[in-house]
Amino acid sequence: MGVSINWLNKYVDIDWTPEELAHRLTMAGIAIEGVEEAGSDSILELDLTPNRGDCLGLINLAREVSALNGKELRIPSADLAENRENIDDYIKVEIAAPDLCPRYAARVVKNVEVKPSPEWMQNALVSAGIRPISNIVDVTNYVMLETNQPLHAFDYDLLSKEKRILVRRAEYQENLTTLDGTERELDLDSLVITDGIRPVALAGIMGGLNTEIRDHTRMVLIESANFLNTNIRRTSKKQGLKSDSSVRFEKGVDPNGVIYAVNRAAWLIQEIAGGEAVKGICDVYPGQKEALKVNLRPDRVNYLLGTEISSGEIKDILSRLQFKIKDKKNYLEVEVPSYRPDITMEADLIEEVARLYGYSNIPDTLPLTANSGGLTEYQRFRDQIKEIMASYCYEVINYSFISPQFHDRIMCPAGHPLGQVIQVANPLSEEQSVMRTLLMPGLLENISKNLARRNQNLNFFEMGAVYYPSHDRLPDEKLKLGAAVTGRVELNWLKNQVPMDFYYLKGIVEILFRETGIRDYRFEAYQAAGYHPGRAARILCRDQEIGIIGEVHPQVLENFEINDSACVFELDVDTLFRLREKKVMMEQIAKYPAVERDIAVLLKNEVKAAQAIQVIKDSASGLLQEVTVFDIYTGDQVPQGYKSTAFRLTFQSMERTLVEAEINVLVETILNNLDKELQARLR
Amino acid sequence: MLSKLQEIKDRAEAMLQEAASIEKLNDLRVRTLGRKGEITLLLRSLKELSPEEKAALGQAANQFKTQLEDMISKKTEELKQLELQQRLEAEIIDVTLPGLPLMRGSKHPLTRIYEEIRDIFIGMGFNVAEGPEIELDYYNFEALNMPRNHPARDMQDTFYINEDVVLRTHTSPVQVRTMEKLAPGLPVRIIVPGKVYRKDDDATHSPMFQQVEGLVLDSRITLADLKGTLMKFAREMFDEDLKVRFRPSYFPFTEPSAEMDISCVMCKGAGCRVCSQTGWLEILGSGMVNPRVLEYGGYDPEKVTGFAFGMGIERIAMLKYGINDLRLFFDNDRRFLRQF
Repeated sequence: MGVSINWLNKYVDIDWTPEELAHRLTMAGIAIEGVEEAGSDSILELDLTPNRGDCLGLINLAREVSALNGKELRIPSADLAENRENIDDYIKVEIAAPDLCPRYAARVVKNVEVKPSPEWMQNALVSAGIRPISNIVDVTNYVMLETNQPLHAFDYDLLSKEKRILVRRAEYQENLTTLDGTERELDLDSLVITDGIRPVALAGIMGGLNTEIRDHTRMVLIESANFLNTNIRRTSKKQGLKSDSSVRFEKGVDPNGVIYAVNRAAWLIQEIAGGEAVKGICDVYPGQKEALKVNLRPDRVNYLLGTEISSGEIKDILSRLQFKIKDKKNYLEVEVPSYRPDITMEADLIEEVARLYGYSNIPDTLPLTANSGGLTEYQRFRDQIKEIMASYCYEVINYSFISPQFHDRIMCPAGHPLGQVIQVANPLSEEQSVMRTLLMPGLLENISKNLARRNQNLNFFEMGAVYYPSHDRLPDEKLKLGAAVTGRVELNWLKNQVPMDFYYLKGIVEILFRETGIRDYRFEAYQAAGYHPGRAARILCRDQEIGIIGEVHPQVLENFEINDSACVFELDVDTLFRLREKKVMMEQIAKYPAVERDIAVLLKNEVKAAQAIQVIKDSASGLLQEVTVFDIYTGDQVPQGYKSTAFRLTFQSMERTLVEAEINVLVETILNNLDKELQARLR
Repeated sequence: MLSKLQEIKDRAEAMLQEAASIEKLNDLRVRTLGRKGEITLLLRSLKELSPEEKAALGQAANQFKTQLEDMISKKTEELKQLELQQRLEAEIIDVTLPGLPLMRGSKHPLTRIYEEIRDIFIGMGFNVAEGPEIELDYYNFEALNMPRNHPARDMQDTFYINEDVVLRTHTSPVQVRTMEKLAPGLPVRIIVPGKVYRKDDDATHSPMFQQVEGLVLDSRITLADLKGTLMKFAREMFDEDLKVRFRPSYFPFTEPSAEMDISCVMCKGAGCRVCSQTGWLEILGSGMVNPRVLEYGGYDPEKVTGFAFGMGIERIAMLKYGINDLRLFFDNDRRFLRQF
């Protein structure tokens, strides 16, 4: 909201420059976003915190200024002359919903002349962003801006013959056309002002067209009332209708300010529209409360702030804000003004003291107690994983919510647990309406988008939660590590075009396992949703599943508009953490030379490398230190249905130098067993 | 005989002259000085001569032998040097050609910034606490002094799973969960990182973003401690000479509350587009833990005080790296990611 400094000046003297004023207010918790020059005036752009809605009223804002600069607050006149008639002969007020309407007051002004308001008032309204309409309406807005009390003016003659204001909840299928010309269907929890017969205003939000002030209106009824903030907010949201009035009621308005505001409005109407005020106010106040008293211990102020502010200074600050203070034995009894509903406890008063004392006058210290900080083992483990993965892949962060289409796109069969998702009840869009159960869709999305932007040869990883429904009140959140690669190691002149395929990605997994202490793991051919049925594996460690790795199913690639092959893995971080062997014990380094032997055997195509390696290991326990596959060949010299597989065997003894003859015996045994178990022949 | 030696000598010297490779020199050595070499044979034939002749010729032959051996090894050395020189010349590579493009990766800028923030607080004795992203309304709002219909709930447009379960709108629920777990244990000094969600999507808002929250509780923690701690953090994070100011603000879960501003890191406080000409940047909300929140957490607010703070990691990252569009963080374009 914009606040004219010239206008504000009417209520308090200000000898600061506009910038200085803005700074002082900001540092006292009334944030000023900017100062704009407007001719001889300056406009402060107010950015109020939700607890200080009262400062939407200029008099309240002026009170803050007065507390800061010590100048006197000037409350404008509401000292009006009334005629001898009795308000009770003109209007009766009845509140049928006192829970939603703590107070309703009305005044009647007769014989007014509706015309444009004077220039000074029009300018004032424009400075606050309100369009001038007519003197009567302008007065209600002007007083609202002064006092923060929303007002409404009805054309008295358009009210029903009953001349009765009845505040009640709307009835079934009741409609009202508001001043903006919209016909609104009201629900049963909306509060309406009726003239005893029909709604004439949507309480606290907007008046009805049926009782609008017209050019020839002669008599007005001014409403100054208080409505429950939560109900106004609910109805305003429901109707999609915000007004200067509703915004104020939502933040909370002082019910004790009602009388001053209605008098001030009547006074101004007499000033600029003529007319006579009928004697008295029809005021119904079912929600009247005793003034709140809060005890404040000066010791506690300093205890919480780390300051040494004297009791006298504390009292001075609070009195500048017009709080009433009574000295008690060990504390101050502070009566909270009703325009400050944000203050309900001692800590609130301490904040009042602190903000006027000045946060910058409070010392800067460090907490005294010593504490050793650090990460838990689990947190360090996750860091380590990220560190390793970031050597090979770029980290991405995807939204946790995805499109419900994802399970079709990854060809997840109906009823598959991964399709059991948690739905967001009020998503921004369908595309972001379910919580992910997999990282794969996000990673494939990343690849697809990057390829479309001609970023080729991609390597991404993500560590983040996935969410599964559970029987508890909260879903299961599981931390996953996922990675996706496509293309090849970048184009280069060395003709070293290593594809980033299944084995590339598996290599990363193997490094990850080695570095984090995952041992005795195996990859087992496996069919999983989203993956190529013949090119995917389940990774197991001590018979527990750690995750899945594989080439993405060609159909899935097509569904994600990826024109290349891609590989993905997804691992469960907690399982990795649980299965890791954290203790590293040094192994002796052999003093004797190792002996290497290469053998190439013909294996049937369906025999897996792991099977052959197992046979080799079982045949030469003890001295065989390592087996690696270093060549696979199929072609002319290899019979159909076979692959030539070359193994490098490394033999090592810790006690002596191995001799040729014993190695020969071992290799012989290995070859015999390969033949026996797998019908593998030496090539 | 002497003439024969002279002959051998001449021939050997000529061969030495001509020899262009180590191989040729070896040939010469074998032919002249070897077991069946000319000199060896010559010396063997000496027995037929008189003792005087024997002595004279023997001396001359041996002298020549030593001389030739020296010459051969000298020449061998020369040739070795020459060969090495030739090899080195033949092995010249173009050092300006690019290296093997090993595939590398990097951490996301938000991870990097978080780790920086975290390490500063760990240095000040903080631990890291974590909690669920899908959270009970109770922890996200109620226990933080935001009952249903509290106007402050409007500050945070919430994604709901159902009436009682939300996507957490801030990391603050972990404050309450931690207090419940530790109460009445003291001191408490934690930071809480994590993803949070708000129903907002435009150039300056993302429906998912990341926060770091902090909580310090002890028997006497003051607003002065809050100021000192956060000032130290800001200066370590940005710049030792950074100007820092605290001004009153409002959060339902703290009272008094404070917003921390730092002097604009772009213009050093002179006023620019990034700081809307004010010279200040708002980077962090904080305050003394509201007594009601302490009670919810199981602490007696008369005996325990504390402060809490929270900041958006994206905001810090944007300031530190000069990133001008929030959406880049979640777009995951490799051209962006590989810069960090």
